[in-house]
Amino acid sequence: MNIKEIQEELIDEFSMFDDWMERYEYMIELGKSLPLISEEQKSDDKLIKGCQSKVWLHAELNNDTISFTADSDAIITKGIIAILLRVFSNQKPEVILNANTDFIDEIGLKEHLSPTRANGLVSMIKQLKLYALAFQTQLNK
Amino acid sequence: MFDINIIRKDFPILNREVNGKPLVYLDNAATSQKPQIVIDSIVDYYSTYNANIHRGVHTLSQEATDVFEIARKKVQKHFNIKESKEVILTSGTTHSINIVANGYAEILQKGDEVIVSAMEHHSNIVPWQMLCERTGAVLKVIPMNSEGELILSEYEKLLSEKTKLVFVNHVSNALGTINPIEIIIEKAHEVNAAVLVDGAQACSHIKVDVQKIDVDYYVTSAHKMCGPTGVGMLYGKKELLNELQPYQGGGEMIKEVTFEKTTYADLPHKFEAGTPNISGGIAFGVAIDYLNEIGFDEIANYENELIAYATQQLLEIEGLKIYGTSQYKTSVISFNIEGIHPYDIGTIVDKLGIAVRTGHHCAQPIMEFYKIPGTVRASFSFYNTKEEVDVLVNAVKKAKMMLQ
Repeated sequence: MNIKEIQEELIDEFSMFDDWMERYEYMIELGKSLPLISEEQKSDDKLIKGCQSKVWLHAELNNDTISFTADSDAIITKGIIAILLRVFSNQKPEVILNANTDFIDEIGLKEHLSPTRANGLVSMIKQLKLYALAFQTQLNK
Repeated sequence: MFDINIIRKDFPILNREVNGKPLVYLDNAATSQKPQIVIDSIVDYYSTYNANIHRGVHTLSQEATDVFEIARKKVQKHFNIKESKEVILTSGTTHSINIVANGYAEILQKGDEVIVSAMEHHSNIVPWQMLCERTGAVLKVIPMNSEGELILSEYEKLLSEKTKLVFVNHVSNALGTINPIEIIIEKAHEVNAAVLVDGAQACSHIKVDVQKIDVDYYVTSAHKMCGPTGVGMLYGKKELLNELQPYQGGGEMIKEVTFEKTTYADLPHKFEAGTPNISGGIAFGVAIDYLNEIGFDEIANYENELIAYATQQLLEIEGLKIYGTSQYKTSVISFNIEGIHPYDIGTIVDKLGIAVRTGHHCAQPIMEFYKIPGTVRASFSFYNTKEEVDVLVNAVKKAKMMLQ
């Protein structure tokens, strides 16, 4: 599936929910199912600033795609991470850089996009794209 | 007679809905809501007598000056301040603290000591750290115990003839502890140190008599006392304020200006450079009148009952822990549920129309002390009800169910 198809799949999944509670319950489930990252990856240099909860993001280049792993100490934040990783992990750097994030609005999580929201969704997306930019530069060398 | 139904009608915002639910506003430690009479006073000023003050001879300017200065007198009377010139109207607590901290930059010598408490808001830590960096003075910290109370025996050990200043909040914004400021002031005066008390969190719950407690500087913000944002108070003893250099230069604060030298205006104008927040100052006075009309004893009685009820109801939730368990506390319940991040609880209860604060509450040293990332903080005011406490408790239970 390409990144657009994954986003559409997410929009489909979230459209089944009638209210915010079901949406959040699903996000909490996604958060719980996020693979745990190792303690050594939870180092301060992997910490994303601007989040009220802690978010660690780790990126690796596998051939020409980036695989992201991430974790948080808050479960709703982990749910948001799970959604982001499903969309952005295992994609090529240029695909990540060019991806738009309108799907977040469409799955009813627009409120988390406000820069004043302490969960740092905006910071997370920025960090994902920064990694993509760094790896793209590396690949082009 | 304290009638909660009548009082709630004074606050138009309490009628609104949030996320489809009636608003339950429990973030009063961040800022209080405003009664209609305060809102009206701002509209009235701009609609009928808006003019710059202290300088115009025209009628509007005179009117505005009179009402602004009456507001200063209301502040003076409320805090039982000896002279109105000892009331500096600032932009708020942080501004007030910075005026004093900057003034002491000229006074402190290398090796002097200043003392802060372990439960300060960042606004009462950072200016003093900056001051110490500039002057070479040393910052000492009064530790606290696990109940969230300052350890006075440790405080006494810190005091010496090197101590020049002591800074402590009257009520902790993160824990709600009421600090024993009378004792702290008395002990500091024994070594001739001056004391600044940050009353931002106290003044909506406690009526302060600055002469009775003999405090040297007392600072607060109007917006926590049902007044508007952007205005606050610095009280200082006249003889101390006269010694401090002004923090900002500009209009209003001068006596005479030539290119060779400027002489400063007398108190309070020396510290009130530029056009002040005129509507804010006026509305601050109205807010003080409003609170006094209800009565601080009535407010305290009602709030104490409310917080006791909330504490008891919340503690029935399994795994819930309250931080700040001093018997001397007011208005704030800071808590966590075992195994759940405060941010998650805050997110869910917001969806249920409840405004609480989550995070470190600008008091990171306290979170460090308890080894927690933050807390959920519900902070109460006299316009909150037991029914709202029930809504909170049910919401926290629901959040717990969803998150565990």
